[in-house]
Amino acid sequence: MAEIVSLSEAIALAVHDGDTVAMEGFTHLIPHAAGHEVIRQRRRNLTLVRMTPDVIYDQMIGAGCASKLIFSWGGNPGVGSLHRFRDAVQNSWPCPLELEEHSHAGMANRYVAGASGLPFAVLRGYSGTSLATRTPNIAPITCPFTGELLTAVAALTPDVTVIHAQRADRAGNVQFWGITGVQKEAVLAARRSIATVEEIVDELTPQPGAIVLPSWTVGYVATAPGGAHPSYALGYTTRDNDFYQAWDPISRDREKFGRWLDEHVYAPSAVAGLAP
Amino acid sequence: MTAAPAAGYTADEMMAITAARALRDGMTCFVGIGLPSEAANLARASHAPSLTLIYESGTIGAKPPALPLSIGDGVLAETADAVVSVPEIFNYWLQPGRIDVGFLGAAQIDRFANINTTVIGPDYAHPAVRLPGAGGAPEIAGSCREVIVVLRQNRRAFVDRVDFVTSVGFGDGPGSRQRLGLAGAGPQKVITDLGVLEPDPATCELRLTGTYPGTVVADIKAATGWDLQVAADLRELPPPTEAELAALRRLRAATLPPAANTAPTGQTDQGEQPNDH
Repeated sequence: MAEIVSLSEAIALAVHDGDTVAMEGFTHLIPHAAGHEVIRQRRRNLTLVRMTPDVIYDQMIGAGCASKLIFSWGGNPGVGSLHRFRDAVQNSWPCPLELEEHSHAGMANRYVAGASGLPFAVLRGYSGTSLATRTPNIAPITCPFTGELLTAVAALTPDVTVIHAQRADRAGNVQFWGITGVQKEAVLAARRSIATVEEIVDELTPQPGAIVLPSWTVGYVATAPGGAHPSYALGYTTRDNDFYQAWDPISRDREKFGRWLDEHVYAPSAVAGLAP
Repeated sequence: MTAAPAAGYTADEMMAITAARALRDGMTCFVGIGLPSEAANLARASHAPSLTLIYESGTIGAKPPALPLSIGDGVLAETADAVVSVPEIFNYWLQPGRIDVGFLGAAQIDRFANINTTVIGPDYAHPAVRLPGAGGAPEIAGSCREVIVVLRQNRRAFVDRVDFVTSVGFGDGPGSRQRLGLAGAGPQKVITDLGVLEPDPATCELRLTGTYPGTVVADIKAATGWDLQVAADLRELPPPTEAELAALRRLRAATLPPAANTAPTGQTDQGEQPNDH
């Protein structure tokens, strides 16, 4: 059964130095408040896993939390580059960042394998790309029935997966809807999990297309209203496109980024749990 | 396109409108963000109202009233015919070859239409420029029935061989796609701000098949990093109509944040152009 705790307790209990951590949410429902708490608790040497590192991992990489990144698309959506990510790859700042690089289809299938309790997944993909030769967790496999040459990708089994959801009930059942991404698979593939939620309610009323993760599949539930910002929670908040634009100049400059962290993550006022 | 041609328009507008024209009504289209999304939404707003737009966020049949900034804007989910998970969009919808056309951007493209959105420079571990990476593109390029690529043309982007094959066009040339088991026909058009390139049916090499009013073949060759061949039946493509241009400008005005209104979608320094996300 999921334990309902504070966000800082959840991170302290479930995310440890050196862990492989997946914080998923495909543009929608990105667990930013949890990312900030990981930065505040100064976790180090994490292997960060995410299909789209996005601004959340740009911040965590720039803050020095990560030594490795497993990903499939590292840009600022619709804006341009992730400059903290680029600075880490090109200049090892603030520390070297090892990369393991996939396609979206490959990453999605790696989570599916993890959630399914299988060692690998099979897809028609990567064939002829440089990714296939560059990434050890991608390998050719022959179909035993047809002889077709396909691609296998190793299962992803994070130590901990963190997601943001619209709501949970008091028993810790977690409900999310809209663009649901790969969060169900990421939670089921992980040893531990945290769901931050916009609110905890008495009863989860049905929502079209909603996914419900039963309480016994989730480790910790913590309220974090607005905790996806600048991403969003459909029905609660809207995507702050201006922030994604504003992030570009902040993240281009190490000092500006440092000041941003001080003001919006480390400052006592930020610890109230509300992202800027 | 029977309406009167428009008077003043930019090369980027010509590119977007030419790309939109490549989409036919009733098609299903897997859309990358940036230039492809703009062109696909323009097509839906003008000549192809029944175009089905599919974004990798799992939104199928999205009908955004304005251009989304990301592939996961709320409006895509709210207007979609169906919203499915990310594993499902790739495994059930893209992989079996259900989608007519994949619409991609690129940072680098080579003579065989292979696409690089990963690193610039010969050393992967120490790249001159680190690009966003693959996203959905490798499997879009493999599995869609055909692929259309939209990017601005210059010698840094149009290279003899890409530094990193993120997504396969025609590999090493004729027969490559079959050997690799790639089901789709691959890139059929590369639409730029200078003209249109299409693969030669015999050699698979991209050659110039279309120019725009006012563009000069010698300039297009000079903006290409290999000896660009020119099709015997090279033709000049019609300029934007007033209606097309008005529709494009309405879309842009409805959406782009103020800072971007002066710099069209995705226009940043080389190598920073978002690919398909």
